[in-house]
Amino acid sequence: MKIPAVTPTILLAAGLLIYPLIFSGPFYLDIGVTFLLAAISASAWNIVGGYAGQVSVGHAMFFGLGAYAPLLCYTLFQWAPIAGIPFGIVFSIVLAVLIGIPTFRLTGHYFSMATIAVAELIRIYFGTWDLVGAAIGLQGPATARGWWDLTFRSELPYYYIFLAVLAVLLRLTFLIERRRFGYYLRAIKAGERAARSLGVPVQQIKIKALILSAVFTSLAGSLYSVKTGFIDPESGFGILVSVQMVIIAALGGAGKLYGPFVGALILIPLQTATNTWFGGGGTGLTFILYGGIIVLIARYEPGGLFELWERIAPRGWRRKNAS
Amino acid sequence: MLLLQVIVGGLLLGAIYALFSSGLTLIWGMMNFINFAHGEFVMLGMYVSLLVVMWLGGGPAAFGFAAAFSLFVLGVFVYLSLIRYVLRGPMLSQILSTFGLALLLRYTAFWIFSANFVSLPQTSLSGTLNVGGVLMPVPQLVAGVIAILLTIGLHLMLTRTKVGSQLLAVSEDRGAAMLMGIRPDRMQALAWGLSAGAAGIAGALMAIAYPWSPSVGETFGLTAFVVVALGGFGSVPGALLAGLIIGLIQALSAFWFGPIYKDIIVYALFVALLWLRPQGLMGKA
Repeated sequence: MKIPAVTPTILLAAGLLIYPLIFSGPFYLDIGVTFLLAAISASAWNIVGGYAGQVSVGHAMFFGLGAYAPLLCYTLFQWAPIAGIPFGIVFSIVLAVLIGIPTFRLTGHYFSMATIAVAELIRIYFGTWDLVGAAIGLQGPATARGWWDLTFRSELPYYYIFLAVLAVLLRLTFLIERRRFGYYLRAIKAGERAARSLGVPVQQIKIKALILSAVFTSLAGSLYSVKTGFIDPESGFGILVSVQMVIIAALGGAGKLYGPFVGALILIPLQTATNTWFGGGGTGLTFILYGGIIVLIARYEPGGLFELWERIAPRGWRRKNAS
Repeated sequence: MLLLQVIVGGLLLGAIYALFSSGLTLIWGMMNFINFAHGEFVMLGMYVSLLVVMWLGGGPAAFGFAAAFSLFVLGVFVYLSLIRYVLRGPMLSQILSTFGLALLLRYTAFWIFSANFVSLPQTSLSGTLNVGGVLMPVPQLVAGVIAILLTIGLHLMLTRTKVGSQLLAVSEDRGAAMLMGIRPDRMQALAWGLSAGAAGIAGALMAIAYPWSPSVGETFGLTAFVVVALGGFGSVPGALLAGLIIGLIQALSAFWFGPIYKDIIVYALFVALLWLRPQGLMGKA
């Protein structure tokens, strides 16, 4: 019997849709929401870091800009936080262009170093900037003035909003994979010089990928701050925000459509578990674990779990599902 | 007079930047590889010094040697167990390998030593020297001068000795070096040892004069990137000059604008460099 290629996707979507109905407790709902947010930001990172092979280790800069914009609009003008989302996106695009133009002319290492330096620069600067609350950060509306504030007591509405955004992002990535743009990205990753000599506009494609990635990372940041109603430099621009995106994408499989999804599926429950078991000291332990996982992926399985699965999966299963 | 003192202080700190950055530039120039864990090596050098002083009661010479030696061993170990395998791999694993290592070392240090700032107990190096009205703390002075001497020593070793020539030969052309009877793998392991060792002894020198916590590794790592980018990738004299310049810029911006701005200005300088002169001051285009 041949399984249609779309069946896994439909099953997955159905599973995610009914998850909150089965696990309706606040603890499980929180894991679900955290998982979706992590999957969104890692999938956004995946566009430039995975498909184009330009490894950003400072994507928190886009996340942070996206996270600050809604709460800043609320604090300054009393607008509904969601009205600030476009501003976060615009600033992220500008930043992406500013970083992309100089570094994409050089080898990939420069891009990585520039991203980490710029993210740190912004984090430190926001920590001293009074307009954005300096080290204390910003807060959103405490109680909703209307539905448009998107301030809900339950996490359920956020779950479905995040799920919708993730679906749009994955659909978009799926489409990119099959278009000229997607082939260009993979060509650049496989060999930049060869791609250029075949007429791929390398510089332009890389910047486009970075912009697209920045837009969705910024959106993820906005969703985060609208949900939590609070942001400070560390939770917006901290290096661990960037690390999480990289590790989730790389664990599942960088440059694979469902790579970040699988990565988040494994890492978020793991992170919750270590935090629950080890209490307050767990955070530090979580990052030791992160570091260890990253090193192991780099050393043994740079393709992530997806490639590992493709190698060890039974041959018959693979042939049946080959698309 | 106060300004002069700030300048001297900046140059002395910059000398230590130069020493650990020359380790980073060595690796970059030789194998086109950027080590994200380099700042963590410096941080480990500082804690090795602390442990030697606390457990064995050693003086500056003892813990300086201990830090250099233990980090040399760590560098060789990291090369043989990790870097060797990712060198030929995709960009992703090259960057992830040392980035993950940095996290591993940083948070293990947090776990063991806690996030509190520590400093070495008073060593035999203490007091201040008054040179024509400029007050110079002896620990900073000694650390800075030794750092400059070691950086120059590293440069001489690379350019004037047989081992240095072999190292450079491998970085010029791996295949040709192999035909000349040089073992590239061994030379690259040595380069990693030297690089980490330079970071380790720089950490020991830093520990003599300044307090620290596990988070300094991140700052030093980024500082080293800026120094290397300014000095030109692969150039030890460039790193020496750039290290002094960065130290000076940091001290002056802290003096004029406030301590918080010292890192902001240095990182902004890095971004400006990428726009204007990515090959650095003394690097080849």
